[in-house]
Amino acid sequence: MNNSKRILTIVTVGLLSLGAVGVAFSEDDDDERGKQKRGSGWVQSRADVAPVTNATYGKECSSCHMAYQPGLLPASAWAQVMTSTALSNHYGDDASLSETSRVEISDYLSANAADRSAQTRSQAFAVADAPNAQNQGDALPRITKTRYFVRKHDEIPMRFVTGNSEVGSFSQCHQCHRGAANGVYNEHQVNIPGHGAWAD
Amino acid sequence: MNQHLVIQAVVAGALTFSTALFAADPAAGKAAWNAEHAQTDGSPARSCVTCHGQNLTQAGRHVKTGKAIEPMAPSVNAQRLTDSEKIEKWLLRNCKWTIGRECDANEKADFISYIKTQ
Repeated sequence: MNNSKRILTIVTVGLLSLGAVGVAFSEDDDDERGKQKRGSGWVQSRADVAPVTNATYGKECSSCHMAYQPGLLPASAWAQVMTSTALSNHYGDDASLSETSRVEISDYLSANAADRSAQTRSQAFAVADAPNAQNQGDALPRITKTRYFVRKHDEIPMRFVTGNSEVGSFSQCHQCHRGAANGVYNEHQVNIPGHGAWAD
Repeated sequence: MNQHLVIQAVVAGALTFSTALFAADPAAGKAAWNAEHAQTDGSPARSCVTCHGQNLTQAGRHVKTGKAIEPMAPSVNAQRLTDSEKIEKWLLRNCKWTIGRECDANEKADFISYIKTQ
């Protein structure tokens, strides 16, 4: 009896701590709010992930999907994605590149990766994927599987995403994050198609 | 013969010179465009139509990524078949992804000659 009470206490304390951690993370978003600049009546948002600057990367990768900013994955993850073998089976599609383009894009992604970024949100993506446990086997790293990403989206009902024909999957950042193409991911620029703004 | 040169020749409309070497046949290209290929990874069988559609004057939609694909027909999309590097890149990727192997020079010439008629 005493034992089960003790266990209950431990579990309760554990859950409360998790709650506290959750609150601490939510406050991150308030910090983002503080970073916004106000000018001529419009709320302008600063990029919290450095925008894409390499033309080859922008051109080659955005011909199929949003050109995800290099700061959304650590360098080790980009290296896995950018091998010739990995590109020929790129998340179920063939994204083979000429060797010149492959090397240029790979170098660019690596040099500007999350773990080499000055932006705090980018740095969160680097930490999140460090142990790489979910990428064991032949599966390639995914931005949507990083711990930071998962934590930031865990309250979004799937009917807004996979059940939403205008969104389809979490990899379509720009469908809800209206500033995604410019590296702006704060929650104030979120507009979920068919639902509207999202208040965390 | 160098495949790149073949594609350039076909794109440039040099078919009169090239027919003897490679039979760029729009009808064969059309048949290949519509031919369904079973997939080894459990995905449903696919053809060029799966993403580009049957009517090349209309936009397509990538079956996996959902990305909109501009019409392939040069009659409505003047950008098509103007950049031989782009043609090479996509024929390589799309043959591998759809058919499961690279296309040979004849097959590529057939596809291009079919697209040219659209």
